[in-house]
Order: sequence, then C-alpha cells, then structure tokens
Amino acid sequence: MADTAKPKGGGTARSTGGRRRSRKDTAPNIADEQPKTLLDYYRQMLLIRRFEERTAQAYTQARIGGYCHLNLGEEATIVGLMTALQERDYLFTNYREHGYAIGKGISPRSVMAELYGRSTGVSKGWGGSMHMFDTQTRMLGGYGIVGGQLPLATGAALAISYRGGDEVVMCQMGDGTTNIGAFHESLNIAALWNLPIVFVVVNNFTGMGTTVEKSSAEPELYKRGSSYRMEGVRVDGQDVLAVRDAATDLVERARAEQKPFLLEAISYRMKGHSVVDPAKYRTAEQAEEAKANDPVLAFERQLEEAGILTEEIKQEIADSVRDEVTDAADFAENSPHPEVSTLFDYTYATPVPNESRRMPADPVFAE
Amino acid sequence: MTTKLTIGKAINEGLRRAMEDDPKVLVMGEDVGRLGGVFRVTDGLHKDFGADRVIDTPLAESGIIGTAIGLALRGYRPVCEIQFDGFFFPATNQTFTQLAKMHQRSGGRLRLPVVLRIPYGGGIGAVEHHSESPEAYFAHTAGLRVVTVANPEDAYWMVQQAIACDDPVVFFEPKRRYWDKADVDTTRSLTSAAPMGAARIARPGQDVTLVAYGPMVKTALQAAEADTDHSVEVIDLRSLSPIDYDTVCSSVRRTGRLVVAHEAPVSSGLGAEIAARVTEECFYHLEAPVVRVGGFDTPYPPSRLEEHYLPDLDRVLDGVDRTFAF
Ligand SMILES: Cc1ncc(C[n+]2csc(CCOP(=O)(O)OP(=O)(O)O)c2C)c(N)n1
Repeated sequence: MADTAKPKGGGTARSTGGRRRSRKDTAPNIADEQPKTLLDYYRQMLLIRRFEERTAQAYTQARIGGYCHLNLGEEATIVGLMTALQERDYLFTNYREHGYAIGKGISPRSVMAELYGRSTGVSKGWGGSMHMFDTQTRMLGGYGIVGGQLPLATGAALAISYRGGDEVVMCQMGDGTTNIGAFHESLNIAALWNLPIVFVVVNNFTGMGTTVEKSSAEPELYKRGSSYRMEGVRVDGQDVLAVRDAATDLVERARAEQKPFLLEAISYRMKGHSVVDPAKYRTAEQAEEAKANDPVLAFERQLEEAGILTEEIKQEIADSVRDEVTDAADFAENSPHPEVSTLFDYTYATPVPNESRRMPADPVFAE
Repeated sequence: MTTKLTIGKAINEGLRRAMEDDPKVLVMGEDVGRLGGVFRVTDGLHKDFGADRVIDTPLAESGIIGTAIGLALRGYRPVCEIQFDGFFFPATNQTFTQLAKMHQRSGGRLRLPVVLRIPYGGGIGAVEHHSESPEAYFAHTAGLRVVTVANPEDAYWMVQQAIACDDPVVFFEPKRRYWDKADVDTTRSLTSAAPMGAARIARPGQDVTLVAYGPMVKTALQAAEADTDHSVEVIDLRSLSPIDYDTVCSSVRRTGRLVVAHEAPVSSGLGAEIAARVTEECFYHLEAPVVRVGGFDTPYPPSRLEEHYLPDLDRVLDGVDRTFAF
C-alpha cells in the first residue's frame, strides 16, 4: 500500500531551494514533469476522492458513527502537501484528515476501519473520523477541537529543535482556526524560538457557515504571521504542482534555516461542513464555483490534454483505485468492533487503584 | 393557551421573548445568526432582531465569553452559545477567573448577567467533545449558577429566568432531548413560573428518592414506571448549583433511600456532592447508603461503546435495587 499512498523516489524528492519559483510569474508547468510522477499524483487524488465518496456513503448507511468531515475538493492540496514531506517529517491536522492520513502513508484499510470504529483501525477504533494517530508514519493526529493541534505541533517542533534533529513539522488547519487564540500563541512561540514548523491554512472560505471576511480582520490569511515576522505564502490549492512546490520550498527552508513558515492554500469544500450538513447557507453560485473548481477533474483534463492520461491508463487507474477503496471498505466491514471489556483499557497508561470504582453499576457496598 | 414545543424550540421561543422584552439582551456565538446555530436553537432570531442583536462571532470561544463579560459590565445581557460541551474549554479562563469572581472582587459593585448556553450529554452517536457532561466543573466554582432543563416547559421559562438573573448562569441543554415535545403555556408571566433555583418532584413516590437532572430525568421517570416493586419518587434537580437541598432532603426523610443518576462520571460528580450532603443532613433517616449511578471514570468512548457507557434504564433500576438489597 505504502507505495501507492505515498510517493517515493526521484520524481518528488526535491533539493532545498533549487526549484524555488516565483509563484506569481511562472506557474509550474506539467511539461517539466515526469509523466509517471504526474500520474502518481493523479492516482492519489483520485484515491482520496473515491475514498471520501465511499466514506460519505458508509456514513449515510450508519456504518460510520460520530461526526465526519470530508476532504472532497481538497485533494490537490493534500497530495501537494504530503508530497512535500519526507517520511521522517511529522504531521498534525484538524478533524478533516482522512485524506491526509492516507497521504502520510497510513493504509486506506486502517483509515476506513478507524472510520467504521473497528479495532483494526489506525487508532484501534477509539479515535474515529477526527482522531487518527500513527506514530509509525508520524501522523500525530487529527484533532476535533479547533486549534487543538497548533500548540502541540509547535511542541513537537520544539522537541526537534531541542534535540537538533532535521525533521520538520507540518501543522494543517482551516481558515476559521486562524481566529482562535491558540493560533496566535503558537505562531508567536514558533517564531520566537525558531522552530522548524510549517503552518498550513487550508482556506476553503468558510468555517462551518462563517466566511473568512466575516470572521478575520486580516482576510488575507497568509499575512497573519506578519506580526510574528513569519514569512507567509499563498498558493492555489487546486493546483497540485503549485502546492507541492510552495510546500516543498517552505518545508525545506524550515529544515535548513530552522524557522517557521505560514502557507495558505486556497481550496474548495465541495460539500457541507460535515456529511450531515446540507450547507444551505451557501448560495447556488458558491456551490457552482466549488464544483467548477474540482481539482481532480481539472488535473484529469490537464493530463488528458497533454496526452499523458490516455483512455487506457485512466481506466486502469480508475479500476485500481476502485479496488483499493472497495478492499478498504470490505476490510473495515469485516473487522471486529472494540470489545466492551476494553472500555477502561486506555484511560490510563499505568495501573490505577480502585478498579471497581470505574464500574459504578457494580455493587460498591457489597461485603 | 398552550403550544406544543420541543425543548429546542422552547428555548428558541424563550430567547425570542426575552429579546422582545429587553433590548439589552443579545445573542452571540459561532453561526448563531444566519445559520441559527448547530442545533437551530437560535433559528429565526437573526432575521427578526438583526445582526446587531444576534451576533455571528469568529471561531473564538475565549473571545466570545470574554466580550460577553465586557458587554455585561456595560449593562447588556449577553447569551452566548457554545456549540458543544467539549468546545467550551478554550473559554475556561474567562469563565472561571473572571465571570465567576468579578461580583465578589468588586465588593458587589459589578453584576454579570451573562448566560452560557451549552448543549451537553451523550446519546446522539457523537463522540468525545460532542457528548460530554462537564457540569461538575462549573458547579464546583462558586459565583456561577448552573442549571439544566428536562422538559419544554422548563426550557421555555428557565432560559428567560437565566437571562433575567443578575448572576452568570450556565444553562446546560440536554442535546439528546432537544426533540422531546410537550405542551407549554407561553401566555403566563415570567414571575408565575417555578423559580429557577428550585428542584421539582417530577413523580411522587414513597419508597426511594431518585434524583436526576437534564437528559437523565426521562430515564429516571421510565425507571420509576418500570419498577413495579417500589414506589419511586423522581426529583428533577433543575438547578445544579446551588442545589435545592430542602426538596431533596425532605423527600429522603420520607423515603429513607436515595439514588442519584447522571451521565457524568460518578467520581467527584454531582452525585458525590449530593450523597455527602444528604448523609450529613438525613443520616438517621437513611435506610441504606446513597447510591450513585453514572458514567464510568473514563473519557467519553467511541460511538459503538456509547450504549455501554451511558447509564440507561437498567443501570438506574439496578441502582434502585441496590438500595433495597442493603
Ligand atoms: C474550540 C472549538 N470550537 C468550535 C468547534 C466546532 N467546529 C468544528 S469545525 C468548525 C469550523 C472550522 O472551520 P475551519 O477552521 O475553517 O476548518 P474547515 O472545517 O473549513 O476545514 C467549528 C466551528 C470546535 N470543533 N472546536
């Protein structure tokens, strides 16, 4: 699985700085890229798309519980960002993280099983949609509390800096998150202590139903780091190559220069805030705009026009992605739920007294 | 004249009436305006009272409650909506260090008529952050009044009483009961409603007192109904801080037995406080130790384990049985 979820090797490994572009004048050109690399990106984007469609379906069928936020519309951003990270780099995200988890190298099976709340899930079924953790691939969580990931990611960057490591932390969040105190505390600390972290704001224009303009006094979010003298960059989140280049640039600079950066990716949320949100607050034009900016379709068209994505390859990829998603869903479906007897297993890491007091239905004054 | 209202709609109507009666009443929170809040409790208020009185705030709980305190200092009566129990915590500082203490700190000069509306409790298949019962944290803090409702009638009146109160009131809304319906007489005057601080005997009985509040009142009533061996008196506590011990203790003196049920974990929960106080005040009337029924001492579990975590009818009945088995 790892080889399909996380690109490896020449096509995407990038040296520091060498390919830095001025983002304004020269958009990345697919003619400069290896077709194999491009097809790999396309496949990953399609995988996230189909995975999330399947997730929505399973949620509607009550196979998935809790709240469930999808990455539909965010595929180019995710693949671009994840390509920029090395395996040893750390990732923190918000609750809209299924695609990131896959992109960081967690198998779709473990992600889907987690969504289904099964014990084969990446958090053993205890985290669910919003809380995926995997120390092996260095995905240090999905976080359900808005802004929850920011101070923690900053601390992980401090650990790297303290130890003199050369890893980088990427900390993803939504636009609405830039208004909570934790954002400002974290950026300040990261800048003050020169920590190797890239904060990434995925700007899909809304936090639930509230627009950026209605909630942020500086709506150009990449500028919000300026009071901490933190360099900020804005990139078109619907363009996987542009995201990859911008993110690689900042990740490698964070690594080399030991300082934090802020990256804003302009993206679209194709559906409601969560699966159950009909997004009635959106106008028909806004919904249309999101649809018109479908990053998967756009990239597909681009590759077709360039002659890279032939009918045959397209079908091949579609089939293999479909199989992978079906396999993940089947795996989840056939996995066991956590045993009721494990209800107390993860409250404390060390033994605690008064075990029976945790079962209030048990007789407390039996002799 | 009565109207059939759900608990959610009753709070909505209560808010509306409070806003009509007093122009100083403001509603603020994340998506409370155009969207009408995640549970649609503020639905329609933005349209009728405008964006100046129904304020869509940025995503900033600390900022919301902090600015509400500032508004209250200047004579307004803000009602803040926190979307879910677990999202309150970024505002802990403002609530516990300022809101609860400024009346005392100012020698009584300052009054803080702020209402914090917080949907709480589990049972909707949500998870951590979306299902918790944090009432004990608040009840432990002097200076805050903490109330919760179990039916549309109380929802309608108590939200207005909370707004009219010159103390800060934390108003817990039982989210899994939002859709429960009943008749409410909305034509009475606010002063004729039962006081916010008083407990209510929801069902009279002789053999055992069963204290519950918020979402567990319905479960307690079902348990009382189901228990054909004992006559169970159900008390709906309504005010969690301060607690109406007169009502609780006089019931226990009659029945000699007490079970307290809540969704929150048992350890250091409201049940512990009530058990201690009742033991102090009714020791010689008690036929058995006070029994607590509640959530387990573990963070809220994933949705598939929820039914095992939440105290249900059986667990409440088991608690009742245990007081008789003693
Ligand atoms: C502290 C806190 N407050 C409120 C919420 C409820 N909530 C969940 S997501 C969300 C909107 C977040 O918007 P944004 O940061 O733009 O991310 P997006 O959902 O668009 O990816 C809100 C208000 C929460 N999870 N945590």
